[in-house]
Amino acid sequence: MNDMRVVDRAVDAQDLKIDAKNVDVFYGTTHAIKGVNVEIQDKTVTAFIGPSGCGKSTFLRCLNRMNDTIDICRVTGDIRLEGEDIYHAKVDPVQLRAKVGMVFQKPNPFPKSIYDNVAYGPRIHGLAGNKADLDEIVEKSLKRAALWNEVKDRLDAPGTGLSGGQQQRLCIARAVATGPEVLLMDEPCSALDPIATAQVEELIDELRSRFSVVIVTHSMQQAARVSQKTAFFHLGELVEYDDTTQIFTNPKDPRTESYITGRIG
Amino acid sequence: MPLIWIIAIVLALGAIGYVLGRQRAMASAGGDIRVLHSLPSYYGTNVSLFSIVPALLVLVIWLMVQPQIIQRQVVEMIPDTVATTSGELSLVMSDVRRVANGLDQAVDQGVLTANEAGTISTDETNIRETLGGIGVALGRDVSADVLQAAQRYRELSGNGNLAMAGVVIVLSLLGFGYAYARTQRDFRARNTVEKAIMSILILASTIAILTTVGIVLSMVLETMDFFELYDWREFFFGTEWIPSFEGGSDLGLLPLLWGTLYITIVALIVAVPVGLFSAIYLAEYAGPKLRSIAKPLIEVLAGIPTIVYGLFALITVGPMLRDYFAEPLGLGTSSSSVATAGIVMGIMLIPFVSSLSDDIINAVPQSLRDGSYGLGATQSETIKQVILPAALPGIVGAILLAASRAIGETMIVVMGAGAAARLSLNPFEAMTTVTVKIVGQLTGDTDFSSPEALVAFALGLTLFALTLCLNVLALYIVRKYREQYE
Amino acid sequence: MTDAAANTPRKKSSIYATDANTKKRNAREARFRAFGLTAIGIGIAALVFLVVSIVGNGYNAFRQTYITIPVELAEQRLDPAGNRDPAEMARVTTFGYAPLLAQALQQHLQAEGIPMDGVNPRDLMAMISQEAPAQVRAMVLANPEIVGQTITLEMLAGGRIDGYFKNRVTLESAERDSNVSPAQLMLAEAMAAAGIIDTRFNWRFITGPDASGQRPEAAGLGVAILGSLYMMLVVLVLALPIGVAASIYLEEFAPQNRFTDIIEVNISNLAAVPSIVFGILGLAIFINFAGLPQSAPIVGGLVLTLMTLPTIIIATRAALRAVPPSIRDAALGLGASKMQAVFHHVLPLAMPGILTGTIIGLAQALGETAPLLLIGMVAFVREFPDAPPEGLFDPTSALPVQVFNWTQRSDPAFVERASGATIVLLVFLVCMNLLAVMLRRRFERRW
Repeated sequence: MNDMRVVDRAVDAQDLKIDAKNVDVFYGTTHAIKGVNVEIQDKTVTAFIGPSGCGKSTFLRCLNRMNDTIDICRVTGDIRLEGEDIYHAKVDPVQLRAKVGMVFQKPNPFPKSIYDNVAYGPRIHGLAGNKADLDEIVEKSLKRAALWNEVKDRLDAPGTGLSGGQQQRLCIARAVATGPEVLLMDEPCSALDPIATAQVEELIDELRSRFSVVIVTHSMQQAARVSQKTAFFHLGELVEYDDTTQIFTNPKDPRTESYITGRIG
Repeated sequence: MPLIWIIAIVLALGAIGYVLGRQRAMASAGGDIRVLHSLPSYYGTNVSLFSIVPALLVLVIWLMVQPQIIQRQVVEMIPDTVATTSGELSLVMSDVRRVANGLDQAVDQGVLTANEAGTISTDETNIRETLGGIGVALGRDVSADVLQAAQRYRELSGNGNLAMAGVVIVLSLLGFGYAYARTQRDFRARNTVEKAIMSILILASTIAILTTVGIVLSMVLETMDFFELYDWREFFFGTEWIPSFEGGSDLGLLPLLWGTLYITIVALIVAVPVGLFSAIYLAEYAGPKLRSIAKPLIEVLAGIPTIVYGLFALITVGPMLRDYFAEPLGLGTSSSSVATAGIVMGIMLIPFVSSLSDDIINAVPQSLRDGSYGLGATQSETIKQVILPAALPGIVGAILLAASRAIGETMIVVMGAGAAARLSLNPFEAMTTVTVKIVGQLTGDTDFSSPEALVAFALGLTLFALTLCLNVLALYIVRKYREQYE
Repeated sequence: MTDAAANTPRKKSSIYATDANTKKRNAREARFRAFGLTAIGIGIAALVFLVVSIVGNGYNAFRQTYITIPVELAEQRLDPAGNRDPAEMARVTTFGYAPLLAQALQQHLQAEGIPMDGVNPRDLMAMISQEAPAQVRAMVLANPEIVGQTITLEMLAGGRIDGYFKNRVTLESAERDSNVSPAQLMLAEAMAAAGIIDTRFNWRFITGPDASGQRPEAAGLGVAILGSLYMMLVVLVLALPIGVAASIYLEEFAPQNRFTDIIEVNISNLAAVPSIVFGILGLAIFINFAGLPQSAPIVGGLVLTLMTLPTIIIATRAALRAVPPSIRDAALGLGASKMQAVFHHVLPLAMPGILTGTIIGLAQALGETAPLLLIGMVAFVREFPDAPPEGLFDPTSALPVQVFNWTQRSDPAFVERASGATIVLLVFLVCMNLLAVMLRRRFERRW
């Protein structure tokens, strides 16, 4: 049913944003990611699909060095953001994460007001010179996350009081507020009901106009609906990476075919 | 008959009951265990329980009630001229008991025959000397009234003990007979035994309630006595604490309360930052190696008895503070001071604050940390702006619990804070606390009818109420906080 | 979305270059980390300082200075009647023995050729502990046959002389001290060189009874250790069964109702009631109301039982809860009654956890001081209590109270004794906690 849209979007392929080469990830002695090569383009939605435990989330977390927060995790290989090695010794992961934002599986608003949730990033990164600037950033970000109209009258209410879908859009607004270049989304809809999912998916499509979006998803339909490029992971390996249309209509690898036809996963 | 024999007889009956009950059950089943309702041992236990439990219960109640009844009867015999106040009366009564016990001992040791002991009189014998010879020391010579009362006391308690032995043993036999008669193969012995065990379990759990009731009652009654002798307004709002045993004491609570709170504040100033920062570092930064060494080391501080901290304050910290701070700064010359007690108590509370905070910080879900790191926050920004605000209620609860500990702490302040009640701001001056004064007023020879001794119960009640409120509040906050993340 | 300015990515910047803002933030991060490390450092330093201070002050209590000389137990002084009847010999008090010892010391020094410059016989006597005559008297009365013989006696040196060999007393401090003169110390030095005075391990400190305020050198912990042991016995016998019974009821059988709630609230509050309040309870209920004797281990044990119960109940309930429901289901499924399931299966599995909790509760009780002060345990007790059960009603002391007691005495030598007693207390606690840790390690079970 989504073929129309897939074909429609395959056109605007852009410049290279992230270039990952020979990436290996180890958790202790477990080899979680095995020699993955991916090129992620700007102003594109790239989807990572694959069965549970295939390493797609782990790989996503390499892209903004979130794996640094796990003691036993070790990453090797070469990941470049616009040509600059993000694992280079001179890179401060804090600064990197401002450029490569992240939205998580479960909505995780801070136990603060809606306003403070969105303002958190700009405040720590010093993006706003004064209160008016900050107000503006908050408003823009909430509008960008399609949440403004629902919350503009209660910005002081706690973010945890919103519904699940609203919370996830608040988290997206929070990520957008730091002005990132890439947005990583780790199964952003898995904890949401179908209506909220539809809203978030629509939002992802809009975000594409400004950011490079990488989304990990469990649902092949979702990948087909929102993405232009799709990578299929299996047992820590990147099996196939191509235009979404290509993957879903004419997979090259038999494993990809088994997965999308529902035989593995 | 000595108590130990009564108990031994009852227990022996129980043991015999077990064997016989078991045998009878087996016999009623013709030796076939399968036709019995319960396992044979249950039948034995049933007989055993019936022989022992009611008898021992009666014994315990009897032991508690008998002295009260005898006391009341004997008190009537003492003329009003001998004892006018309740304090004198209790002194006379303790003399009566001593004489009575002394005479019994004299008979036991063969110094007097039973007959001589019964007819001894103050005119012919110096009873004080006779009893002194067998190691019973009396404070003064025995008057005829006291001797008469003592003889009556002996007579009553002798009769009472005999009656007790009789009743208890008969009851034990009755229980034995009843349970033995009921023992046959269809009797539901297991259910009966289990019911009995269940009541024992319930009884054991009510001890917590009884303890609380005991604490409250023991303090409330004596406190009421105190307020009859001393105006409650002067106690709660008095600013002077000058007890004098000739009467006319000033017993104001405020200076003690001030000392307590001041020391508690100093202790918290030491314990909260150190405890909180170590908890944060251990939970968020420390590698497994450091954690496995530092955490137990800090927790060792919690296992050290307070007397050891008291000694530390007395022989090390106190003199050090005096020599290096108080004297050079001209702030005082006393080694016991608010600062001494406060700092040492603070050290004691470090593990308390840190382990509670550690639990609370770890209860903050990982997703919040991820969310913050994902936005490019540093670890300290995440801790300060996300984790601590989220954990704040729990941490406040932990601090309140620590404060309640500090307020109720005794040995450190007894040995480190001094005994002078004063309202002062100088931390290098000796001050005193509620707990120090409870110990001070209740140790040594105390006359429990004077306001100077009774005030300790009022202080105890104040302390109990204060810590109870803090605990309840703290537990409420901590529980609310836990619910938030469950 | 007409206004693109606010959300366009910031001007291109290399991630290799750390901007000023990030630098500032990283500095703050480093400071914060340093605070954390400092806090841990302070905690550990406090522990080390405390242990070093106690051990430094106390290890000398385990060594004691003795004077060993031959003493002639002259018959005309000790047994004027000459019939070796202990009853008659008992008339000679310790004052009769003291000159004998002084004389013997003087003679021995002369024989050894040690000059007694500036030390008169009185001062010489003061170098021997006041406890020594009493010891010799007890020895003679126990064995009258030795009267008239010359035997080699080992006597405690006086507290100041003992202090000199432990560097507590110096020649300078002796100048200002009315109880000892530098001349005595010089003599002691000479005696040590001649092998008359020596310092060795002090068993008396661990096994002997307390001594009065003038004789710190003779003070021992025996009665206190025994008293603490008796109390622990009472606590173990009462608190373990009651605690386990209460926990089983609350965890396995109690219905969800008002009564159960009240018990729960009571237990959690009792766990936080200040210990001194339990002392008041003990004084009011056990001593004033029930008429139990003061200073008796039974009263101390009862009070400590009530204090320890919440700890044991909380630990036992956690241990019971850790046994998975599948075990209960399995037993019930075979037709066992609920009571049988609990007592045959759940309780044995929970036993290591219960024992660990009990040991920790006992360790807490062992170190508790404040409530014992109120029930009269501070009294000076020299006699050893009888064996239980009668001994439970005899007056005794307790380890932590003995520490407190000694700190209240004026002679500075008692600081050493108090610290030494604290070391003994801490050794007991360490052993108990190690036992608990070993139990936990040995029987730890993951379901």
